[in-house]
Amino acid sequence: MPAAIQARGIVRRFGDREALRGVSFSAGVGELVAVIGPNGAGKTTLLSILAGIAKADEGEVASAEGAVGWVPQQAALYRRLTVEENLLLFARLEGHEDPRASAAEMLELTGLGERRGEIVARLSGGNQQRINIAIGLLSRPAVLLLDEPSVGLDPRQRARLWEFVSGLAGRGTTVIFSTHDIQEAERYGGRVLVLADGESLFDGSAEELREAVRGEAPEAADRDFETAFVAYLQHRGH
Amino acid sequence: MRGVRWLLLKDLQILRRSPLQAVLLVAYPILIAVLVGFAISRGPEDPRVAFLNEVPPNTRIDVGGAELPKSNVEEQICERVECVLVADHDEAREKVESGDVLAALILPANLVNRINSLSTLTPGVPEVEVLVNEENAVKAELVDDRITTLLAEANLRIARRIGKEGGRYLGLIVNGGQFKVLGEAIPILGLATSARILEQVTPALPPRLRPALEEVTEFASQARDNLDVAKPLIDRLAQPIAVDKVVVGGDSPPLEIFAIAVAATLTLAFVVVLLVAGSLALEREENAFSRLTRGLVSDGGLLGEKVLLGVVVGMAVTLLMLFGMKIFTPLDLGRVPLWLVAILFSAAALGAAGAALGAAAREVRAVSLLAFMVTLPVAFLSLVPSGAVGPAVFDAIRIFTALFPFKPALEAITAALDEAGQGIGGPLIHLTVLFLAYVAIARLALRRFATV
Repeated sequence: MPAAIQARGIVRRFGDREALRGVSFSAGVGELVAVIGPNGAGKTTLLSILAGIAKADEGEVASAEGAVGWVPQQAALYRRLTVEENLLLFARLEGHEDPRASAAEMLELTGLGERRGEIVARLSGGNQQRINIAIGLLSRPAVLLLDEPSVGLDPRQRARLWEFVSGLAGRGTTVIFSTHDIQEAERYGGRVLVLADGESLFDGSAEELREAVRGEAPEAADRDFETAFVAYLQHRGH
Repeated sequence: MRGVRWLLLKDLQILRRSPLQAVLLVAYPILIAVLVGFAISRGPEDPRVAFLNEVPPNTRIDVGGAELPKSNVEEQICERVECVLVADHDEAREKVESGDVLAALILPANLVNRINSLSTLTPGVPEVEVLVNEENAVKAELVDDRITTLLAEANLRIARRIGKEGGRYLGLIVNGGQFKVLGEAIPILGLATSARILEQVTPALPPRLRPALEEVTEFASQARDNLDVAKPLIDRLAQPIAVDKVVVGGDSPPLEIFAIAVAATLTLAFVVVLLVAGSLALEREENAFSRLTRGLVSDGGLLGEKVLLGVVVGMAVTLLMLFGMKIFTPLDLGRVPLWLVAILFSAAALGAAGAALGAAAREVRAVSLLAFMVTLPVAFLSLVPSGAVGPAVFDAIRIFTALFPFKPALEAITAALDEAGQGIGGPLIHLTVLFLAYVAIARLALRRFATV
């Protein structure tokens, strides 16, 4: 599978503390990669560097220029504007030739066409997140980075969100998302990247992680994925 | 530039969508314009003073046996204050205590007798009674000033009357004439006539008597000449010190122009600083900053857009206010181009300061608080005149206020409004320097805007 984005030996320091310690990984076209790990593992820092918002102190990121879409954890949009006004604004800022057509396309993609005239502040958290993702998709990126996209959503909203994101991956967009919800990572991530204390501990499928745990803590491997994941971390001193 | 245009439209759209902000931006300048307009066009109201005149009617002031012309004290006092006539002491006290009047002025029954005693060998001390309610320092100061002024005016009028009568007596002694006593006119010869008679009779006298008479004649002539000089001296006694005011610096504008300039600058400062600082902080609160600066718009472009927003809204609000003032006071519309230049430079510098505050504080609530905490004291300190505080304190105030665009903005707008005022060039250069400095500070502060 050809790599849509590749990171090599990424190091990021905040003062004396190393937030990322030589992390390397790549994601292929249309892949759904879940980045998981305990608090402070470096998940958001890694995604910020992949998005080009933060700079790495060492290492490099390779991707086609302008092909990475970024969706921050908290919806980055204007709550006093309508759904359509938000999409139009960012389409214009990105220099689209026909911003209205781009906005209409995103409205259709997100299923929010009927609510185009509503002020964003009056929408549910789930719908705000869908617009947040739609803005990230306006540049038609080959790679979409989502930082904890399901935080604060109820189960029904979460299901609709993942249905939407899975559809994007199905159409060839590489999606890399961070999450604290381990079950969600197992269910939707074709691959999981485990980070702890800035180190990459595991890169593979959820099943492969279970297999790795089976040799170390067999009773944990046969229980839910979260238990297996915690056992994996504990076995490595985290 | 493309990004700046769309962001500016977005901010105006958000502003329009917030009814409270939009109403405040339009209503505030109109309200200020109306208040300041009324204040400068109507002048201060006369203070209400309770007045009790216990002096018996038809009592006249007597100087040297002659009564001064009747002067209606009550009428003269009530020209200067709004008199509330009261029947007795108790009513006067009650009105002062209740705050219905600022003070009570009581002329006791023996006032004129005591004034008349001033020209006798046993002079008394004429006194008037003043009741005040000094419930706060400002009111107390106002009452003291008004009463002191009223008494000074009364003393001056009495002194002038006495001086005038004294001058008339002196004229009688020098030139002669009729002096009325108890309704009868007594002829007064006068020094001039006496000297002339003596000169005429001297040749007819024996030679041995002539030297003595000639001495008397000489004395009469000298006395006449010197007493003529004394008359203007007596006139001056009523007001010995004349004021000759010479303006040596600080071409101060007319008070109403200065009041308009202060109101306009204060409005401009609050609108621009709050708007720019708040809208920049809002980009962070909406989490849009990192998305915007990820290739959609540069840091400098974003700052420029916010300052432009402040300039556009600030100019509209200030012009609205100035044209509102035009209803109350004659403002020269021929100077509108200068108004525009002054407001443009002021708004740009204030906008840059707002951007620096917004980038430093980063949260809308903190920014609003900070903007008030900075703008309000700076505005008050900028209005402190030299001489009102000690030289060292004034120097410190001058340096402090020079670091914020309010004072140069006030100077620029005053110069733009006042034809006879100081030049506008200095304040514009000052504003340009502050604009560049605050833009540099804002860019530095913006570096950590998205990270913390």
